[in-house]
Amino acid sequence: MSDTTKKAFTGADAASWAMKQINPDVVAAYPMTPQTAIVQNFARYVADGLVDTEYVTAESEHSVMSATIGAVAAGGRAMTATSSAGLALMAEMVGVASGLRLPMVMAVANRALSAPINIHGDHSDVYLVKDLGWIQVFSEDPQEVYENMIMAVRISEHPDIQLPVEVNQDGFITSHAVERVDVLEDATVQEFVGQKKLDKYLLDLEHPVTIGPLELQDYYFETQKQRNDAMFKAMEVIPQIEAEFSKITGKIYGWLEEYRMDDAEVAIVVMSSTAGTAKGVVDAMREQGKKVGLIKPRYIRPFPADALVASLKKVKRAAVMDRAISFGAEGGALFNELSSAMYQRDGQTHMQSILFGLGGRDITPADIEGIFQGLLDGDEQLIKYVGVRE
Amino acid sequence: MTQKIFEVRFHGRGGQGAKTASQFLAEAALDEGKYIQAFPEYGPERTGAPMRAFVRISDEPIRIHSGVEHPDLVLVIDPSLIGIVDVTEGLTDAGIVMVNSPKSPQEIGAQLKFTGKLYTIDATTIALQELGKNIPNTCVLGALLKVLPIVKIDAMKKQMEHKFGKKFGEAMVQKNLKAIQRGFDEVKG
Repeated sequence: MSDTTKKAFTGADAASWAMKQINPDVVAAYPMTPQTAIVQNFARYVADGLVDTEYVTAESEHSVMSATIGAVAAGGRAMTATSSAGLALMAEMVGVASGLRLPMVMAVANRALSAPINIHGDHSDVYLVKDLGWIQVFSEDPQEVYENMIMAVRISEHPDIQLPVEVNQDGFITSHAVERVDVLEDATVQEFVGQKKLDKYLLDLEHPVTIGPLELQDYYFETQKQRNDAMFKAMEVIPQIEAEFSKITGKIYGWLEEYRMDDAEVAIVVMSSTAGTAKGVVDAMREQGKKVGLIKPRYIRPFPADALVASLKKVKRAAVMDRAISFGAEGGALFNELSSAMYQRDGQTHMQSILFGLGGRDITPADIEGIFQGLLDGDEQLIKYVGVRE
Repeated sequence: MTQKIFEVRFHGRGGQGAKTASQFLAEAALDEGKYIQAFPEYGPERTGAPMRAFVRISDEPIRIHSGVEHPDLVLVIDPSLIGIVDVTEGLTDAGIVMVNSPKSPQEIGAQLKFTGKLYTIDATTIALQELGKNIPNTCVLGALLKVLPIVKIDAMKKQMEHKFGKKFGEAMVQKNLKAIQRGFDEVKG
């Protein structure tokens, strides 16, 4: 394991510190609560001469993503960050970035969408863009934000992938909570991310290319299939890059993290910061002899169906927790995808959809214990709101 | 294993430095090899509005990410909040309360109807004397370290020099170091 230095970092600090160590060619940004802290830190690094980055302050997130797309198309390594309304406003260009197969990393401090206006953490922003062709990775705490940001550069730029990566963290809960983060040396990060390997890019005057031409009935469909193929190629590549990073940090990553699942009878599936809270509940209930376990998906794009179902099949009943509502759908988005994957693999695990934590509503250990107890007691309710007042 | 985490809740008003104080405490604990978490409760932030900030300190990595419900210690940086917000909410009789007030612990205890361990420190007066401003946060932290040595006062002072040095200059650092020491020396309870 390499030398690390401990820092008191928020999730926002962790993201911007990783960006500083990656030292990209271009960062374009527009402030959006709670992401603002990320780009504010990074602007300071630029002003202090700690990075060589060209920093573009755009007039909107649509322009932010356009500038980032331009920088990557020109041959640069570019990064950005946003939240909520910012991600919604840039949505058109978010799809363009992946459609043009432009590798880039975007840190997102997940926040509720309007209306009503709310600045706090939930997953409605990332769920809005999850089908636009970006790799989506989720972080439990600032430490994981830091490590995911660094790995994301390599994943995104891998010649077989060439897709943008969104590194998610819970707004405020993670982005604004100070925790201990062990950071690597600048040189270690630089060595891991390496120089961007250029293939086709606009500023290669010897080999002119067109990026983003019109494709109608002739080629559009093929291009979209290739984008989808790249996602599935990422299923092979991501574990390799994670294994390489594990040699530096000594940690195990993977599509999901299992916590006390070996002899579990029931399980909760939940992403991001809530997974940390749930681990404590698992420990407390285990001490009472209750066989409960936790599955924390790290990625939802590409969707690791095999790994998730294999883990879920260990238990009789599971609750899948979504921090966003797909309005009018039969349960949360992660629940629905997992249920479908379970059915296709002849799984018999009984699944329940839990909707929780919208607009930053606190999810307490008692709430999570209640969900586990419901599973143990054979609660048949398909969709359950937790923490909402009726 | 269920984790033993020491949890602190700060009550203050926007602009009094409750968030800064919570981060000082956490970072000083980090310097002493602990795992930490520090987060304010974000709402519509306005100077003078009641706000809360939280700190968790543990010997092991901290995984919980929900709000602090049952603090081991409550710090009330602004005594005018008593009667407006329930500062003893979630505290057990084993919990500790520290209030910035010129009053005696007995008087404040009667006011709060709290029978557990209670301390007072006249941090506003000390802040006005030492800093020339009503920013009592550093003095209250000094008082906290006296009654609860989870962090050594020297670690807190080092943290202060490191954090305030760049931002406010040497003169302000010295004044705050004095405020911390006086909090430590003059706490009642």
